[in-house]
Amino acid sequence: MSESLLINLSVAILFLPLLGFITVVILGKRFPKLYLLEVGIVSIAFILSLVVMFAKLAYFPKDIIAEFTWITMGSAPFAGSFNIDLGIKIDNITVMMLFVVNLISMLVHLFSIEYMHGDKRYTRYFSYLGLFTFSMLGIVLTHNILMMYIFWELVGVSSYLLIGFWYEKKSASDAGKKAFIVNRIGDIGMFLGILILWTNYKTFTFDAIYSQMAAGVMPFGSSAWLTAAGILIFMGAVGKSAQFPLHVWLPDAMEGPTPVSALIHAATMVAAGVYLVTRIFVMLTADAMLVIAVVGAFTSLVAATIALTQNDIKKVLAYSTVSQLGYMVMSLGVGAYAFAFFHLVTHAFFKACMFLGSGSVIHAMHHEQDIRNMGGLKKKMPITYYTFLISTLAISGIPLTSGFLSKDGILAGTLAFGKLTGHWLIPIMAFTVAGMTAFYMFRLVLLTFHGEPRDHHKYDHAHESPKLMVAPLVILAGLSIFIWYTPNPIGADAGWVLSSWIKTPAQVVPYNTRYEFMRPSTEEQKAEVHGEITHSVEYTETMHWAHYKAMFASLAVAGLGILIAMLFYLWKKVDVDKMIEGKIMNTLYRGSLKKWKIDELYDATAVNGTLQTGNGLSWFDQKIVDGAVNGSAWLTRFTSKLSGLFDTYVVDGMVNFTALFSGFVGLSFRKLQTGKVQTYIVFVVFGVIILLLLFKPF
Amino acid sequence: MIGFPILSLITFLPVLGMILILFIPKEQPKTVKYLSLAITGIQVVLAIILLANYNYGMAGIYEEKSFQFIEKFRWINITGISWLGTVKIDYFLGLDGLSMPMVLLTAIISFIACISSWTITKSVKGFFALFLLLDTGMMGVFVALDFFLFYVFWELMLLPMYFLIGIWGGPRKEYAAIKFFIYTLFGSVFILLVMIGLYFSTTETLADGSKVLTFNLLAMMNKSNATPDGILSLLNPNNYRFIAYIALFVGFAIKIPMFPFHTWLPDAHVEAPTPISVILAGVLLKMGTYGILRINYPIFPEVTIQLMWWIGLFGMINIIYGALVALAQKDFKKLIAYSSVSHMGYVLLGMASLTTTGVNGAIFQMFNHGTITAMLFLIVGVVYDRAHTRGLYDFGGLATQLPIYTGFVTVAFFAAIGLPSMSGFVSEALVFVGAFGVETTRTIAMISTLGILLGAGYMLWTLQRVFFGPLNEKWATMTDLDKRELAMFIPLTVIIFYLGINPSAMLNIMNTSVNTLVSFVVNGI
Repeated sequence: MSESLLINLSVAILFLPLLGFITVVILGKRFPKLYLLEVGIVSIAFILSLVVMFAKLAYFPKDIIAEFTWITMGSAPFAGSFNIDLGIKIDNITVMMLFVVNLISMLVHLFSIEYMHGDKRYTRYFSYLGLFTFSMLGIVLTHNILMMYIFWELVGVSSYLLIGFWYEKKSASDAGKKAFIVNRIGDIGMFLGILILWTNYKTFTFDAIYSQMAAGVMPFGSSAWLTAAGILIFMGAVGKSAQFPLHVWLPDAMEGPTPVSALIHAATMVAAGVYLVTRIFVMLTADAMLVIAVVGAFTSLVAATIALTQNDIKKVLAYSTVSQLGYMVMSLGVGAYAFAFFHLVTHAFFKACMFLGSGSVIHAMHHEQDIRNMGGLKKKMPITYYTFLISTLAISGIPLTSGFLSKDGILAGTLAFGKLTGHWLIPIMAFTVAGMTAFYMFRLVLLTFHGEPRDHHKYDHAHESPKLMVAPLVILAGLSIFIWYTPNPIGADAGWVLSSWIKTPAQVVPYNTRYEFMRPSTEEQKAEVHGEITHSVEYTETMHWAHYKAMFASLAVAGLGILIAMLFYLWKKVDVDKMIEGKIMNTLYRGSLKKWKIDELYDATAVNGTLQTGNGLSWFDQKIVDGAVNGSAWLTRFTSKLSGLFDTYVVDGMVNFTALFSGFVGLSFRKLQTGKVQTYIVFVVFGVIILLLLFKPF
Repeated sequence: MIGFPILSLITFLPVLGMILILFIPKEQPKTVKYLSLAITGIQVVLAIILLANYNYGMAGIYEEKSFQFIEKFRWINITGISWLGTVKIDYFLGLDGLSMPMVLLTAIISFIACISSWTITKSVKGFFALFLLLDTGMMGVFVALDFFLFYVFWELMLLPMYFLIGIWGGPRKEYAAIKFFIYTLFGSVFILLVMIGLYFSTTETLADGSKVLTFNLLAMMNKSNATPDGILSLLNPNNYRFIAYIALFVGFAIKIPMFPFHTWLPDAHVEAPTPISVILAGVLLKMGTYGILRINYPIFPEVTIQLMWWIGLFGMINIIYGALVALAQKDFKKLIAYSSVSHMGYVLLGMASLTTTGVNGAIFQMFNHGTITAMLFLIVGVVYDRAHTRGLYDFGGLATQLPIYTGFVTVAFFAAIGLPSMSGFVSEALVFVGAFGVETTRTIAMISTLGILLGAGYMLWTLQRVFFGPLNEKWATMTDLDKRELAMFIPLTVIIFYLGINPSAMLNIMNTSVNTLVSFVVNGI
């Protein structure tokens, strides 16, 4: 297989779903059966991605890049000449993501055939899935950050369309809008980060930027700007991967159809943020990484505390997703790059399985989502139950599952990080979250599938879902078993995924801005024949030190979590209702149930503040700015009225007065004109006498 | 090159149409409409011919020989007035990378607006006659290279606009028309004063060696033609160029419209009939920024550099202020009008950066705003035609009733939000890349990114209020788009996507000229 074939196949994988989208969206009304085309296209894309993945992993040790020039602009002062290139990069991470995205997309398509049956916009739904798949694949394949941003936004739109798919419901259209706008906040940060990179490196291509950084070119000449750029771009991930404080959109996004939640809001799109951070990993300074680690750890903790008390099956899963994404982000922040990506993959499978499983339950229970009304479904829906159980074991980190492998690695990473840097709070948070996760997930399983049915009417009508719906569950649950990733069920290091597929790239930031454990000495670098080396020997040793400690500790906290869940909800040894009557417990319980009122806080401040500012400015615009315009118009009219009056009464008045006056004078003097000679003689004589008296000539 | 005076043709063809219309009997409104459609259609064809023959390598801007499709002859020639000397005014048309996109835009928008005018029933003859006259005025502004001629076209367009709003407008049409007229005229006075001042301060050497005063814009750009103690310097000998710049800028800023001169716009838009709103937003607003780029920038380069930060600042105010005020609107059309204010802010911001990227982005944004906002006003028109109301809260659930219409609305709204794959994204991104790249405007660019967020806010909120939710039963009989309306939406949609995916198609047209303009302003060459 040649390189160009691989490139062509990847491009085909990218554009096939777009083709499906365009065809279905234009012709879907006339030919309702076209959704099958969309399903077929995604299946083909999946097969191709399987081929591409194995071909790349087996035959192409080097990364493959294909690009073309999109925009050219000539030279000018300040800017110089430049091109904007678009292109794709096929490396190991890419092909694995291609596989994950296409597989889950295909399974979700299949699942949806039954799940969405009878919906009035059935074909439209499939076309949106196609648009989403296209956008997501674009993020995965791109080799430059501008194109990443382009597809980032497109993903946002398809997510918007799918969350608000049932737009007749206000809550659905609200959720779509909220998702888009909250994501935009993160995107602005990301965009500013991109601007910093562009301004300094005059390229958007990752590799070209990194090679300049490696050569010591710093943005605006300082590594502080490098840290800023890293954190700003990370903001994009904060939005898309629902990290605190922008996590609020994801739980609301559950308004969308459940298969959509599985595909977009659990497995793929929300993982795009993590994927972005893996892409910019090499340019993160220690400061930026610490910020990322703290954000991730805090997010996972906050989300886990909320998940403890939620009663909506999808809300529990949503907060669990936020929490697990926090894990991945934290893992990147502490330098455990490989485990972060590994967890992204394993989480995608078992979380998609859980969401589709919840879809199966919701389908069976006639759109009941409250777990308090469920119970005992194990007997009615055995396949759904067992697949759900396997995924739950995986997310709880129980041995023999994939989740155990990846989670253990992350926990070991935090532990090593704590030891090397002294930031012990992060491993403490991480282990707390591990225990909570086991608890709330088992709470969910026990309340849904075990015990006595609490709503008999709905229970009686419940049934196992049709084959097209359970088949994806089985596949995804199967992928949650360790064997696909490593032959050794308690350590993934020797497995092919970690030892040869995922390679941690070497950082390009200056030595003095890295963590100490990410400064391999020159000898170490020389000794490494396979090119890049990221971590120092000390780090590798500490990871070994942490490995078994983390494993036992995580098993202990997970076991504890499961045990408490059993005590509460299976054996009913502890009365939960009574427990939360205590004052402190009650405050905590209500805080968690109300999601710590973060939404309310945002509504009261940011949302309301913006709307009020808008109203205020609108008033200002009408009354003051336009008021000034109308005022000056009024002033002009007033002045003209005044001058009109002046004109009528003063100027014209003068004219008339002159006329009047002349008339008056004329009238008065007319009387002298008598026409009698005698009178005139008298006037003349008197006149002469007066003149003589006046001038006295004599 | 083309063997006939194509620029004169594309400019004055509508006047010809107007004269013909006057001879068509009143009883045949159909004939009037089809004739106008044919005229604007031919204009589009001519614009495409221009594009096909356009040489991408020629810059224009300040150099006569690198302009294209030049037509130049003596128009007014008065000799023998002793104290004035000889008055020689040229009829001087030409095209470069600044005007080519605008000519295309004018042709396209006029054609679409003509289709949109089909619903006009009140004195059809008068409407279309004025419409075509307006068309000539707009086209003329973009092709004129003589200041006097430019000014004639600039004023020519005012008159028909006044009547089109004042006669065919909404309930407060008289107020809006007069406000528009007086406000713009107020700006024109400044332009006129500077024009006369420049005339008396610029001496051009003719081919026969004689020196005359001139209105030639290109001659004004050449500093060696300036009379240092010319009439302009009477303003204030030290900074008369600065004062002249500001006066000219204000004249153009009113048209953009730049805060705080923008309040005529919402009134004019709300009262104007749909096709006139389309023209107003699609083409007229661009004349302001075009004027600044064509006249202010190259004639007063040193003042431009001095004022970069201020231009950027006003761009930022437009972006954020316009968006916030749009957020508060309850009238669909007013909301779109304020979104225009916001989007024109990006043009100012890009221009302020004085980089190739930023100025390219600005001109591209002018074009894109023209097509996208035209579509937005058409959208308002469709719903107003059917419901006779524009209150954002009067609707709801239209997506179910009018799916095709909603599809186009979604496209237009997301284009306005600046979604990648649509044209608006590229231009806004270039504007930001340009403005962020220069230290002077960096902070301003950073703050302006808030506009992206607010834009998404008001657009999506509108989408939700009008199109989502349960269907308001009042509109249960509303019909989806008919063929005529599709004929307006489809071309615009195609353009928006095409330029979003292949922006080079437009950027290549202006790139050479923009480079030349920027280096002319910055380096004086």
